[in-house]
Amino acid sequence: MKTAEKKIEVQGLRLAYGPKEVIHGISFEIYENEILGVIGPAQSGKTSLLRCINRTIEFTAHARMSGTIQVDGEDVQEVKNVYELRRKIGMVAPLPVGLPLSIYDNVAFAPRAAGMRNKAELEALVEKCLRQSALWDEVKDRLDSLGTKLSGGQQQRLTIARALSHQPEILCLDEFSIAIDPVTTMRIEDVLKELRSHMTIILVTNLTQQARRLANRTMFLWNGEIIELDSNEVIFSDRTKDKRTYDYVNGIFG
Amino acid sequence: MSVEAAITTPPQPDAPATSRLFAETALVRKKYRRELIAKCFFGAMAAAMVIPLILIVTYIVVQGAPSLSWEFLRTNPRLGGIRGGIWSAVVGTIYIVTISLCVSAPIGVLSAVYLNEYAKESWFTRIVNLAVVNLAGVPSIVHGLFGLGAFVYAAGMGKSILAASLTLSIMTLPVIIASTKEALAAVPVPFREACWNVGATRWQTIRRIVLPNSISGILTGVILQVSRTAGETAPVMLTGVATFKAVDGTGLLLYNPLTDQCMALSMHLYYIATQASGAAPSLPYAIATVLLCVVLLVNATAILVRGYLRSRKKW
Repeated sequence: MKTAEKKIEVQGLRLAYGPKEVIHGISFEIYENEILGVIGPAQSGKTSLLRCINRTIEFTAHARMSGTIQVDGEDVQEVKNVYELRRKIGMVAPLPVGLPLSIYDNVAFAPRAAGMRNKAELEALVEKCLRQSALWDEVKDRLDSLGTKLSGGQQQRLTIARALSHQPEILCLDEFSIAIDPVTTMRIEDVLKELRSHMTIILVTNLTQQARRLANRTMFLWNGEIIELDSNEVIFSDRTKDKRTYDYVNGIFG
Repeated sequence: MSVEAAITTPPQPDAPATSRLFAETALVRKKYRRELIAKCFFGAMAAAMVIPLILIVTYIVVQGAPSLSWEFLRTNPRLGGIRGGIWSAVVGTIYIVTISLCVSAPIGVLSAVYLNEYAKESWFTRIVNLAVVNLAGVPSIVHGLFGLGAFVYAAGMGKSILAASLTLSIMTLPVIIASTKEALAAVPVPFREACWNVGATRWQTIRRIVLPNSISGILTGVILQVSRTAGETAPVMLTGVATFKAVDGTGLLLYNPLTDQCMALSMHLYYIATQASGAAPSLPYAIATVLLCVVLLVNATAILVRGYLRSRKKW
């Protein structure tokens, strides 16, 4: 893995909401086509970290970030086309969000916003994304019904389909399984295993076992600092460098 | 009774079947009684709201009935307003309401979109919000005086429909801004975040998601201002509504909105009820009936539009 290309490089990232700093200068790299697990208790800065990467942190009042995040060697703070940056990064939020549009329009929203008008092209893309997110078979006959009327698990797969619809190179999942049942979770995990061949995935999760199942490397983030970042063989063994990692992973603390 | 005895003793056939856990104690009965009293009391208050409405409407319609007819609506007032109908006043009210809403609705809705969707919290938005709140609290007669100074004299419009409409626009603007902001804020933030995450601009988000899902609330807020505009007397009295104005014809094009003064229902009612002598006693009530009908008609439209748009709401 170490020989692979760096996809994201974070250096000295600090983030503060008003006077309260929540990320205290962290540095790490994510390599192409790996799944990086991010584990840690609530309030440890996991979601904030993702929002820094696609710069949606800008929408939060009083959020100040310093340090650099490079995606494909480009500083995200400097990119001229922030919308292109966000399209390069698929983002899946903890709670499923079906937009108040039809299922089809939910998935076609991003490509349309990017200017895709060709109907055949759109249809092909929508089908591809819904297939990738393992939702196609359930909804193919009712693409014009409302996305908000789907069940929670279906909506979460719809959210993933939408995140894939702008053909991202990076996929960020923020505790995607928090609101869905274990069976749906396993189906999505199977989806992720397929995607990892051509996509870099950041998997933020508070299920340590999920990171263990899926990730190549796992980062333990706690109170805005990286306690440990290593391959899964180390993190989920008794050879962790920091005792807190071992304790957290094994449920002794946290 | 010991535990063993409790287990081994078979249930007594003649023992009461009520469980001790769910028994109705004195405390529980008191709770139920209190619930009932509270419910009846609040219900009575709510029901009391209906009584004044019924009383007002019935009283006015009954009192005005002798003067009410289709002809009364469709003929113009004569002899300083004490004879004839009220058509030119109806048309004047329509002019003023339409023009003032054409000004205040777009400005109000667009500034609310800015405040709710674009503006970050800063000293500027704080000042704007403060202005909105305080402007809403200014008494209407003060708006009238401002309109007189600003539009009639300073801007050189003279007493005219335009000056009166603009005065009312300023009066309704803060309320439209407030109601629109509320309608926009009712669209959940995660919808917006989902759009931003897939690379949509703020405008695309507003256009595709926020506006379609808040339009019912926005429209309701705007339409409810119609009744307020139609009923105001003080501001228009100072800026462009005449107590009596003879016009030719009974069409809709009775006035030049840029230069003419006009008659209006609210002003006509005030004048006939308090200033003019020799009018039939039922005349003010007939005018009030027409004014009420106009307002209720508009409100009914608002309710229908809202119902229709709500039925299309998507979450």
